[in-house]
Amino acid sequence: MVPNEDKVFKALADNSRRLLLDRLHKKAGLTLGELCEGHDMSRQAVTKHLALLEAANLVVPQWRGREKLHYLNPVPINEIYTRWISKYERGRLQALHNLRQALEEKDDD
Amino acid sequence: MTKSEFIYTTYIKTTPEKLWDALTNAEFMKQYWFGMYCTSEWKTGSAWKMQFHDGGLCCTGSVVESNPPKRLVLKWLQEKDAEMKAEGHSLCVFDIEQDEGAVKLTVTHSIDKAQSKTIVGVSGGWPKVLSNLKSLLETGQAVVTRKVDCRGQVA
Repeated sequence: MVPNEDKVFKALADNSRRLLLDRLHKKAGLTLGELCEGHDMSRQAVTKHLALLEAANLVVPQWRGREKLHYLNPVPINEIYTRWISKYERGRLQALHNLRQALEEKDDD
Repeated sequence: MTKSEFIYTTYIKTTPEKLWDALTNAEFMKQYWFGMYCTSEWKTGSAWKMQFHDGGLCCTGSVVESNPPKRLVLKWLQEKDAEMKAEGHSLCVFDIEQDEGAVKLTVTHSIDKAQSKTIVGVSGGWPKVLSNLKSLLETGQAVVTRKVDCRGQVA
């Protein structure tokens, strides 16, 4: 099933799903069990969120034996980024981002 | 076994043959890979190398598996950065599958080492390269056309 942009925006429009992407950004190749650890979402809820993220091609599953590992796929996000940001704006936006990060002392790497 | 790995995929409205050509043709590659290009005979066992637009050497390696237009597996050594070079070869796999009206390209890049600098280094570049490749194949134009030379400077 070929993912479309609507699916990407829908998948990103939920905080729980963004948190799952954050987890996979920090550590690639987590199992469902590992993704369920440390927050109060039920296993069923995480499974449902992962299915939407996979349908949007934001998460890529990989079978290793009987284990299903999950990887963040940032390519659709990069496409959103390049669609509206020209190469001339990039430097200024990065400067603003750095400024905000420095002032808020927030590490959102 | 500890390893570092990422898997990126994109769906491109093209044919597997055109995508294979885009991944192995140096002149085409320059258009979406920031002026960089690879040369090889692209047969199993061949050597390959990647160069910056000014000719400086970026990466070298060998072709582990060549099965056009479905699968290309490369041993990949970063030549520019001493730390990355010391990590040894990484493995880069391109899988090409027909999926409904599009072609699914999956790039898996891995190394048998935890916290690999090579993998962190290449993982930032791949999404841009893949977006550019998709745009070029679908519309005839790359999104980002700047070039990078062997000092990492943008022309």
